[in-house]
Amino acid sequence: MLEILTSILVRTVVAGTPLLLGTMGEVVTERAGILNLGIEGMMSFGAVTGFIVTFTTGNPWLGMMAAIIAGALISLIHAFVTVSLRANQVVSGLALTMLGIGLSGLWGKPYIGRPLSVKMHAIEIPFLSKIPILGKVLFYQDAYFYLSVGLGILVWFVMKHTKVGITVRSVGENPKAAETMGINVTMVKYLCVMIGGAFAGMAGAHLSTAYSKSWIEGMTSGRGWIVIALTIFALWEPSKAFIGAYVFGGIFVIQYVLQPLGISPNLLAMLPYLTTLGVLLFYGLSSKGQRKMSAPATLGEPYIRGSR
Amino acid sequence: MSFVIIPREKATPLLNFMILISSLCAGLLAVGIVFLLKGVNPFFAIHEIFRASFGSFFGFKETLTKAVPLILIGSGLALAYKAKFWNIGAESQLLVGAIFGTWIGLNWGPSLPGFIILPLMFAGGFIGGGLWGLLPAIFKIKFGINEVISTLMLNYIAAEFVKFLVVGPWKGKTKYGYPYTDDLPAQAVLQHMGNSRVSLVLIILAVCVALFLAFLVFRTRFGYEIRVIGENPEAARYAGINFFRTTLIMMFIGGGVAGLAGVGELSSIHLHLSYPETISAGYGFTAIIVAWLGRLHPGFTIFSGLFFAGIIVGGDAIQMSMGMPATTVNVFNGLILIFLIMGDFFINHKVRYQRRVS
Amino acid sequence: MERIEILEMKDITKSFIGVKANQDVNLVIEKGDILGLLGENGAGKTTLMNVLYGLYHPDKGHIIVNGKPLYLRSPKDSMKAGIGMIHQHFMLVQKHTVLENIALGFDEAPFFFPQRYMRKQIEEYSQKFGLNVDPNKKIWELSAGEQQRVEILKTLIRNADLLIMDEPTSVLTPQEAEELFDILRKMINNGHSVILISHKLEEITSICNRVMVMRKGKVTGTALIKDVSKVDLARMMIGRELSGSLEKKEVKPGKPMLEVSNLSVNSDQGLPIVQNLGFNVLWGEIFGIAGVSGNGQREMVEAITGLRKSVTGSVSLEGKDITNLTARDIHNRGISHVPEERIKFGTVANLPFFENSVLKKHHKTPFSNRMLMNYPNIRDHAKNLVAKYNVDAASISVPVKNLSGGNIQKLILGREISSEPNLLIAAHPTYGLDVGAAEFIRKELINCRDRGGSVLLVSEDLEELFQVCDRIAVMFEGRIMGIVDPNNCNIDGIGLMMAGLEQQNQGENI
Repeated sequence: MLEILTSILVRTVVAGTPLLLGTMGEVVTERAGILNLGIEGMMSFGAVTGFIVTFTTGNPWLGMMAAIIAGALISLIHAFVTVSLRANQVVSGLALTMLGIGLSGLWGKPYIGRPLSVKMHAIEIPFLSKIPILGKVLFYQDAYFYLSVGLGILVWFVMKHTKVGITVRSVGENPKAAETMGINVTMVKYLCVMIGGAFAGMAGAHLSTAYSKSWIEGMTSGRGWIVIALTIFALWEPSKAFIGAYVFGGIFVIQYVLQPLGISPNLLAMLPYLTTLGVLLFYGLSSKGQRKMSAPATLGEPYIRGSR
Repeated sequence: MSFVIIPREKATPLLNFMILISSLCAGLLAVGIVFLLKGVNPFFAIHEIFRASFGSFFGFKETLTKAVPLILIGSGLALAYKAKFWNIGAESQLLVGAIFGTWIGLNWGPSLPGFIILPLMFAGGFIGGGLWGLLPAIFKIKFGINEVISTLMLNYIAAEFVKFLVVGPWKGKTKYGYPYTDDLPAQAVLQHMGNSRVSLVLIILAVCVALFLAFLVFRTRFGYEIRVIGENPEAARYAGINFFRTTLIMMFIGGGVAGLAGVGELSSIHLHLSYPETISAGYGFTAIIVAWLGRLHPGFTIFSGLFFAGIIVGGDAIQMSMGMPATTVNVFNGLILIFLIMGDFFINHKVRYQRRVS
Repeated sequence: MERIEILEMKDITKSFIGVKANQDVNLVIEKGDILGLLGENGAGKTTLMNVLYGLYHPDKGHIIVNGKPLYLRSPKDSMKAGIGMIHQHFMLVQKHTVLENIALGFDEAPFFFPQRYMRKQIEEYSQKFGLNVDPNKKIWELSAGEQQRVEILKTLIRNADLLIMDEPTSVLTPQEAEELFDILRKMINNGHSVILISHKLEEITSICNRVMVMRKGKVTGTALIKDVSKVDLARMMIGRELSGSLEKKEVKPGKPMLEVSNLSVNSDQGLPIVQNLGFNVLWGEIFGIAGVSGNGQREMVEAITGLRKSVTGSVSLEGKDITNLTARDIHNRGISHVPEERIKFGTVANLPFFENSVLKKHHKTPFSNRMLMNYPNIRDHAKNLVAKYNVDAASISVPVKNLSGGNIQKLILGREISSEPNLLIAAHPTYGLDVGAAEFIRKELINCRDRGGSVLLVSEDLEELFQVCDRIAVMFEGRIMGIVDPNNCNIDGIGLMMAGLEQQNQGENI
């Protein structure tokens, strides 16, 4: 029994890791006032890049780096189109999703069905990993897990306790006020979009080089969209993103736990999406005001310099 | 030295058209670069795509077949996007329409003649897709839920539900080992022209729907109100327009026509419900660009739908002949859409090169 | 850093497309001065200050500080030179704490934990100038007065010597205004100087030591406060000889058309902005509402036309209660509305002229039946509007965004008048229009009255009100200060009422 519980928790944490990474990135992007719906595409692109680089070099760390760079680069398209050309952020994000999925399918084709010989290994933290249950869950995971937690804490700290954090948040809330205080709003927005892309790329690489060790088309299976919903649940706060990510990680795992009970796997597969809708509905009923208060005030609006 | 951006007062239809064509060309150029990086001769690939889709009689028939769902869905999306309601859920509105159509066809089909059962199936599909489309409208206006997320979640839910049906309760008794329902009875199947997969009825239906929606948008009170809501919600408030009612009607129609596309695919091509990827080759997503390329004019989606149907058919062709994966179409879609919205910037703004005066 | 002892602006001229906002303006301010800059809206006060703050570059003229010229390319330069400006709409991030707002973009704040560093600074400055704010509170939790103190702190911590404040008391309660004045006095005792932009005589005379009055982009007078009376200032501000009223038919005003009583309305922020307001508009008269905008006129109009819910009170039309009905119902009962901010509310910029010509009455015959729009009728209607109201449009199919402001206003007015409403409510209908278009619109308002309808005209332009109105009420801070007969009243009295002074029995009371 204890073993089953441990294994569920371990898998929950693993399934939650890409969600956590993606959500952190989207939180940063949206805090600067840019809605990027292209997570699914950027994740996919990161997954294929990470896989190919790991496959060719045999080094999953290089794969991770490549995926981060790939994610940041492809997000640059969104930054250019929405910040410089003031285009509709919803449509641009959709275009980015299509492009990311398309490119990853195109480049990943030769690698379908060829598993990696290496993958990101689990790292055992001495002593701590011997703690019952939690040791296995928290201290005997691969590098992505430790990095995601570390980066998550870093994002939380930077957003809350540094001047950069104040700047980013101000740009999303009131870009005009930031501009009159001498801040380069355009640059901040570009950088935040690229940070979001980098996180999404890394999340993708986790899927293809740590979660599984193969590349399949469509392996992101809607995680990018769940990330966008998670950003709302988290009320745009990095600390709350941790809870959301692992709860949804748990829902991904529960599907497999419940399957032996004879419930249709297809109905179980709906769970993450139903939960997303359910939680949004619940939020809509209970805290419309709070959510409105939390959303960055200029999210999704183009900023035109010098306008009044 | 710097670039100065100034709002453009007015874009003439010619300029509009030129920018549209330039955007398309730039998009194709970008696709060419992607092909080049992949080691494929871009001119050859793009030539192949258009040769396969528009260059032969056989190919063109296939293009017409695929244009039907794109036109139906695209014109419905154009309607929603006119009101700035970002419905990304046409894929599942199509599926729910197909579910309703299947149920009616399988249950009532055997005992009714074709001229009754087919209209019933389409009516059912319209209602099914429409009801599914109402959900995000209610979610948005009553609960403040972003329609992009809700329509996407509904996509996944509907897709899983279809899978559940075809491997579970609706699995056909005659379909050993396959995830299909039974085939529709013969009177519930649309006739094809000659030895093609083209159904004349469907083509007429798609064109009529697109023209009807264009009429709706540009000639009716409802369409007028939709355009005012989309262009200036403040003015809509001033003009006393009821947001909730108008959005509900709009999404019922938008979802409904996607449902028609679902029944069309079912009764003309597949003849049974099967996996969602089979029923719809991503039509719901491609139609987003169809609507955008049609400049959100439901009537223009007849042409943009045909164009993208060609790209899908051509994509399939090079997939077979050059070993490209099916998602190559997504590269086309994504790049063309990006360049289209880039083009919008030049429709609305002029860019001048100016020496900075010190 | 050298402190500002004396700052001069010399021969400042600045024009925007066609309009001279400032013309050869000279201004001097010395250390320890509180200079009042008085004038009606549109007199060029804010433009002048934006030049001083580096937001606008003057076409002509220059700025001299302590005898040395000062070149400003952006607000950053003016901040460095010791000039700080507090805009009428605060530049604050609502959801952030006071600490975070003050730390934003502040070079001296450290990278890590900037909030801690700022806390010390804020305490120091708060004590020195009596600026009490809780640094941990979020801006939205603060009153307008406290928010203003945050803005003042922001500029003081950035070493501003000269503080420009644009209409600082417009958002404050009288008590808060007193507190602000105490703060300003502390500042000048510390060697700072202040420029106060205002249209309120009362506060200029109570806090400033010098005053400069502007009208239509020019300086109409500068003086020491002790040397001038309020009546002098009111005359300098309103100034002009009022031209005679336009020709009107003799219409005997009849029974009340619109009755407003005890009306109270809240602003967007949920604060009371219209308080127990009451007046009647009679059949066959043009009833004017004078006053500087922002005194509740907009909210009052929205409450009457169904765009905003009133808190208390009632509105009735021809004796029938129409309080808080929907906008469409109120329109259907015969009230037409020419909204302020014509582009934002009154038209749909991207739709063609003819579709805009039926906005708000698109649901009525002959423009549509239940389902279909009748475009031939709509086009005819649009063509009639173009002809009858002299609209200069290339065709009735051009998008409205291509029309000039005057033509957009003619479109809206024509649209609203053509249905021969019982009551026309027009808010600032000639604001920003050229002389010809304004004249035309005034004549149309009179035509509307002459054929027996009533008009409620909200305007800041006294000349216009005097030209067209039968009665004029002056509104200040959500209340009616008094009602006067334009043919028999003292302009100074209106000026005083607009600036918040009680009516002193001038003119005829009705």
